[in-house]
Amino acid sequence: MRHLLSISDLSKDFALEILSTAHELSRISEGGTKKLPTLRGKTVVNLFAEDSTRTRISFEAAAKRLSADVINFSAKGSSVSKGESLKDTAQTLQALGADAVVLRHPASGAAHRLAQGRWISGTVINAGDGTHEHPSQALLDAFTIQRHLCDSKGDLAGLHIAIVGDILHSRVARSNVLLLKKLGAMVTLVAPPTLIPFAWESWGVNVSHDLDAVLPTIDAVIMLRIQKERMHDLYFPSSREYSSLFGINAERANLMKSHALVMHPGPMNRGLEITAEVADSSASVVVEQVANGVSVRMAILYLFIAGNQEG
Amino acid sequence: MSIALTAQDISRAITRISHEILEKNTDSNAITILGIPTRGADLALRVANSIYEISALKIPVGALDVTLHRDDLRIRPPRPLMETSVPVEGVEGRTVILVDDVLFSGRTIRSALDALGEVGRPARVQLAVLVDRGHRELPIRADFVGKNIPTSLSQSVKVSLLERDGLDEVAITEAM
Repeated sequence: MRHLLSISDLSKDFALEILSTAHELSRISEGGTKKLPTLRGKTVVNLFAEDSTRTRISFEAAAKRLSADVINFSAKGSSVSKGESLKDTAQTLQALGADAVVLRHPASGAAHRLAQGRWISGTVINAGDGTHEHPSQALLDAFTIQRHLCDSKGDLAGLHIAIVGDILHSRVARSNVLLLKKLGAMVTLVAPPTLIPFAWESWGVNVSHDLDAVLPTIDAVIMLRIQKERMHDLYFPSSREYSSLFGINAERANLMKSHALVMHPGPMNRGLEITAEVADSSASVVVEQVANGVSVRMAILYLFIAGNQEG
Repeated sequence: MSIALTAQDISRAITRISHEILEKNTDSNAITILGIPTRGADLALRVANSIYEISALKIPVGALDVTLHRDDLRIRPPRPLMETSVPVEGVEGRTVILVDDVLFSGRTIRSALDALGEVGRPARVQLAVLVDRGHRELPIRADFVGKNIPTSLSQSVKVSLLERDGLDEVAITEAM
């Protein structure tokens, strides 16, 4: 496979191969090896047309640990803010000899457009496109769940995962639902009715509006960020009301099974969807998710670029 | 297809290699054995067991995956990573014995030396292989060889091991 655009393109076996590769890579890192020669001579461009800290530095760290050359390209301070089109930017990157483009873009389908446009010959890796998908985040979430709750080679069958918050605008939720289902987990979405997408019935998930009822049954809960930049309509009456009904606090966290994990893709709005007490508790794996993100992105770069000699 | 080594031949070869390792390394407490996955790692365990039977010495044994250090990554599709496990003693200042099933071009061993360099700086590195089939592309040789089998480039050497393939055997097949 040449491009990583959507979780739906991945077979279950390939998704598991990415996770097991990430597992070996994280063991190598823990063993003290910080740098591998695997992608020496390859150029990875991080093209970020939307703000991001975690994903960009995570991809950058991953590429550097595999000895690739990294070019960071962000919308602010580049010609993109002068109105240059994706096509022209892509052709520039092609001229620079990019072997892979990691694309974050505010428009859904941008990565797909870049991959199908034949403007570049390299690999396109979707690092979040609008409200569509964020495959590498889903893979690192699955990896984190697998490390804590399963044997490292197995799928997630039998686990029950809740995704809580703004499902409607969340590319993280979309990719996670696809991947968790593919790996055999049961998924429940928890949100106010205004933040549940219309066609959720076709996703093969459960929907609940009662967080307290769901928490005792789950093995991990993924809290989504309330994206203030996408809250243009009145989706809920007030932040306080949202927080009291759908935020996780210490009292709610106590409803969970003792092994259950609290996850958050970051950046967290402490005090809105998650209290500081829970975010810093032992059930929270938020910081570990960031570390796992590097291993998973190394696995993605290795598997998608290493052998990609023109097609 | 012809059988180059039977189960008995393999077990004799491993016993002999184990004796030779002890003979060549007077300070046997400083030995660490690292097998190259998949079958090299199986053989490494067998050699360590055999040394234990001979001398009651428990030699630290592990596995070293070399995939990420290979020089053919860009011309072949990526392959899955195998397990790397370095014993707690590490490799720093020790005598590391790399174990692989077949020594052919020498490129795997070159990758292994690079991978080993990332783990630490061994005092010395030696190489044990079950089969040396010739056709080296790099200046690399084995210190301990189970059997030298002259082959032609059109042939392939297939090593089967009990723990992985259900039988012990080395077979030479003519490529189609």
